[in-house]
Amino acid sequence: MSVKVEDKLFLDRFNVDEESHLNLRDGKVCFDKCQDQPCLYVCPANVYKLEKDRISVNYEGCLECGSCRVGCPHFNIEWRFPKGGYGVRHKFG
Amino acid sequence: MDETFDAAIVGAGPAGISAACVLADRGVKVVVLERGEYPGSKNMFGGVLYGSHLRQIIPDYIEKNCPIERNIVESRLWYLSEDGGLSFGYRDRAFFDERRNNAFTVGRAKFDRWFAEQARAKGAVIVCATVVTDLLKDDAGRVTGVKTDRADGDLRAKVVLLADGVNSPLAAKTGFRPEVRPENVALAVKELIAIPEETIDERFGVSPGNGVTCEILGNVTLGMNGVAFLYTNGSSVSIGIGANLADFAMQKARPYEMLESLKTHPMIAPLIKDGKPKEYLAHWLPEGGYDTVPKLYGEGFLIAGDSSMMFNALHREGSNLAMTSGRLAAETILEAIDKNDFSSSGLQGYAKRLHDSYVLKDLEKYRKFPSFLETHKELFTSVPRAACAAAREMLTVDGVPKKIRQTEAWKAIRGQVPPLRLLRLIWDAWRSVR
Repeated sequence: MSVKVEDKLFLDRFNVDEESHLNLRDGKVCFDKCQDQPCLYVCPANVYKLEKDRISVNYEGCLECGSCRVGCPHFNIEWRFPKGGYGVRHKFG
Repeated sequence: MDETFDAAIVGAGPAGISAACVLADRGVKVVVLERGEYPGSKNMFGGVLYGSHLRQIIPDYIEKNCPIERNIVESRLWYLSEDGGLSFGYRDRAFFDERRNNAFTVGRAKFDRWFAEQARAKGAVIVCATVVTDLLKDDAGRVTGVKTDRADGDLRAKVVLLADGVNSPLAAKTGFRPEVRPENVALAVKELIAIPEETIDERFGVSPGNGVTCEILGNVTLGMNGVAFLYTNGSSVSIGIGANLADFAMQKARPYEMLESLKTHPMIAPLIKDGKPKEYLAHWLPEGGYDTVPKLYGEGFLIAGDSSMMFNALHREGSNLAMTSGRLAAETILEAIDKNDFSSSGLQGYAKRLHDSYVLKDLEKYRKFPSFLETHKELFTSVPRAACAAAREMLTVDGVPKKIRQTEAWKAIRGQVPPLRLLRLIWDAWRSVR
């Protein structure tokens, strides 16, 4: 089934901070040590994308569920909440 | 913030606000810290709240214009294969009148905001757009307040109630409870689909203001331990699906693809036809059950709601457990204020209160249910296929004698699940919930 998560995220309201609240501790770990790279699948907002030589972190559309933090087998994701008032803002919830 | 409070509450959800209401009612100086721009702006759940629990905190919630979407008069349980589905449901006259608002749907952005307003009216201080980043501790390790991401962000309190939800970087950092393990939470995504109010009334066969919940199990979670739901709101429906996070990681399934596929199922597609998606959300459910509930209090702090992993997966109850645990935490804090003892021993009454209430009684009763689901994946693969194939055989009318149809139905079941395995499944299910 082809569905673009971008179309879904487009429905949401975000107050995007300039600074990312998600960071890879060590980008090399993702390639050298992580075979399955579950962050590419479990994230409901598709924040993590596989680029040629790295995994990019598109924190702007993060739904703040925490799945990548505990789903990363190498605990390689530094995860904090966006600053107070920033991030996703539910209209209905 | 130079002010010192009696109690600081982290999180303006059902647990935190329930506690704030009870404390403020008794004149306790209480502050609630919420990271969202407004209470509810970060919160999401399936959609059902329970009137009796809310009434214990706000007795006149109806008169106070609680933003109810629909009063639930019928609960359906669907067991779906890829192409079909068995449907069970129960509707009762009582849920229209004398037990009205036993259960009702709400949207959290509206409800939590309203609920927090009630606490504010009672005297609680609600501070939004503020993330609690750490706990303040004295030399003896006793919690003495919270650190926030505001410039003058330290806030001192005699006691801290952690009601910051299931996803808690604060817990991961401070260890007040263990960090979540993927197998102990379900990741759920939900979409809000706008449909005109009268169309919902028609499609679900309800009168205005009344509604239906559908809990959905089967092949829709692609063999993963999970559940889906379809709930009616005023002029929208909430459709969602979730599965164990460890299962997601192993299966490399994408949550939003699963949701999109659910929307095309023949049991669901006609109910959401021509609806307009309005919002897409994701959240965890603490599904690990009793054995994942941490120690609920310590030196100067207590834990309530999802943050304490209190969730009844079998009955899909969570918001009520949050409200009750918040209320009981507040009662414990009142007791601690009377004794002026905020140590671990001064707060130990909280555990007893929870054990004496339905909260931990229910979780203990269903203690084995989460592992039953995790170890019986056929519930999400072959069993729904077998059940639907058998029903299809029995309901096909084409001149074939019923005896032969029955044999065909049995064959369809046996082809999917060996009868002994089926018996074993029923036995194990019974043992996990009795």
